[in-house]
Amino acid sequence: MKKSTSLSGKAIVIKDTQGKGIDDIDTDMIFHNKHLHITDINEMGQHTFGNLPGWEEFPSIVTENTILIVGKNFGAGSSRQQAVDCFKALGVIVIIGESFGAIYKRNAINSGMPLILAPDIMTTTLNSGDQMTIDLTTGGITSEKEDVQSKQVTPLSKVQLDIYKAGNLFEYGKSLE
Amino acid sequence: MGYTVIEKIIADHTREVVTPEKIVWLDIDVRSARDFGGANVVKNLEKNYPGESYVADPAKTFFTFDCVVPANNLGYAENQQIARIFARNNLPRENLYDVNAGIGSHVMIEKGVATPNSTVVGTDSHLNILGAIGAFGQGMGDQDIAFTFKTGKTWFEVPYTMRVTIDGAPAKNSFAKDVTLGVLEQLGSKGALGKSVEFYGTTVDTFDLAGRITLASQVTEMGGIIGLITPDDRIIDYCKKRSGKDFPIHKADADVNYLEDIHYDFEGIEPRIALPPNPANVKPVAEITGIKVDSVVIASCTNGRYEDFAVAARILKGRKVHNDVMMKIVPATQEVYGQLLKNGLIELFYQSGAIISNPGCASCASGQIGMTGEGEVQVTTGNRNFAGKQGKGDTYLASPATAAACALAGEIIVPEI
Repeated sequence: MKKSTSLSGKAIVIKDTQGKGIDDIDTDMIFHNKHLHITDINEMGQHTFGNLPGWEEFPSIVTENTILIVGKNFGAGSSRQQAVDCFKALGVIVIIGESFGAIYKRNAINSGMPLILAPDIMTTTLNSGDQMTIDLTTGGITSEKEDVQSKQVTPLSKVQLDIYKAGNLFEYGKSLE
Repeated sequence: MGYTVIEKIIADHTREVVTPEKIVWLDIDVRSARDFGGANVVKNLEKNYPGESYVADPAKTFFTFDCVVPANNLGYAENQQIARIFARNNLPRENLYDVNAGIGSHVMIEKGVATPNSTVVGTDSHLNILGAIGAFGQGMGDQDIAFTFKTGKTWFEVPYTMRVTIDGAPAKNSFAKDVTLGVLEQLGSKGALGKSVEFYGTTVDTFDLAGRITLASQVTEMGGIIGLITPDDRIIDYCKKRSGKDFPIHKADADVNYLEDIHYDFEGIEPRIALPPNPANVKPVAEITGIKVDSVVIASCTNGRYEDFAVAARILKGRKVHNDVMMKIVPATQEVYGQLLKNGLIELFYQSGAIISNPGCASCASGQIGMTGEGEVQVTTGNRNFAGKQGKGDTYLASPATAAACALAGEIIVPEI
């Protein structure tokens, strides 16, 4: 499977009611531990952000090819894979954030969900519903909002890009043998 | 330029040149999964490697059940059984620490599975507790862990290192947890994000294994990769005795360039408490006294060792828990449980009116010893108080001494020792 390294979609920007980015969204807010027994990815989507005040309806507003925009320390907390897989189940294709929890970052990369570091993306005029394109190899963003285009973005490193292209860590591992 | 401790540990486990930000392939000495995530590790292996052997080196591969032990819901029961059967079919019998054993990271220290300078991975986001003995422990997701079961290695981005030096003698009623919360108060939830932390200073030097575990355990809540404390003679002797092995002890080179170099003077630091909704929301206990407390938990990978219960016992001895308080005692491991029994602490806690549970993760994994209802105020010696994590109530994080004092008073109070 040859995966495209240029991804286009509609943004959803995770902000609070004052329009500020929400920092420190932990894995219990993303996918609460009461659902941890769920191992079928198709059942995971409905619980996404079920414990994040104001965003409980997230599963019903996500569409295919969503680009999720988040604040600082996104995915802090536990090592649960479900907190990544629930987004895949809903059609999120890439997560752009100001910073990520370390374990979360690995889980996403390993399962083929690209995470892109953009340290001040929340300070832009980007809104939910805006159309945008991101190039995973260069970090370049194309958007109607000029202040988004000019933001500093860290592209995926080579190993991360290779895992993404292979589909996931397991397929990448097999390609090394 | 010299190397930091984490760089030296990584260098001992890779054939590549080690430098911050670089991704290297890391050899993993100990590959583990717990009941949480364990079933998914098994499913990942079966799905991705059908018909192949699943485990590169059975002797180095472990299961540790500790989250919901014994299982109190069907989901956990089924997941534990999936992992249990896999362990029976693929690993030496002694590499399965079942629901009786206790918290995996602690069991691995006690059994000598983890040693200084070793690399250990598992599905526990507090596995970096192993920094307490100078080991590189790292929590990872179930795909990562499945990959290490199969290959014995994983990719890892070499982190930058910051040095945190803590000097001074805490107040008589302050302990390792208060120092740890003091660091969290200063650093915040992102203060160590993505970094390795090296802890030094006269305060840290006095910490025994239990104290080092407490400090290392909350580096996760500071956003850090790991908090490493160079083993002293006590730790080295303990680990040699437990493992029967020898191991190198790495010290940072003198000419290391730390990304940050922070110094805290904690002379006389007073007891600290973390208020909802996050562990970095720390205040002196004295500033919030009088809040009515409904439940108290003394437990967890942060404060579930014998030394933690011994401090609580000094406060509870001969006294009764407040009528309105449920007090829950959960030892970290079976060994700690045995120490409590042998030294009369179980009897003491029983007389004080506590609920005493078998070893495990206690309230952190939502369920082993109950959850909180809406409006319930819980003081726990655990490490996380995020909204909803332990139920609908409000969770406060404190030391075993503070927790025990709150249990007697029925309200938040500064402990007297």
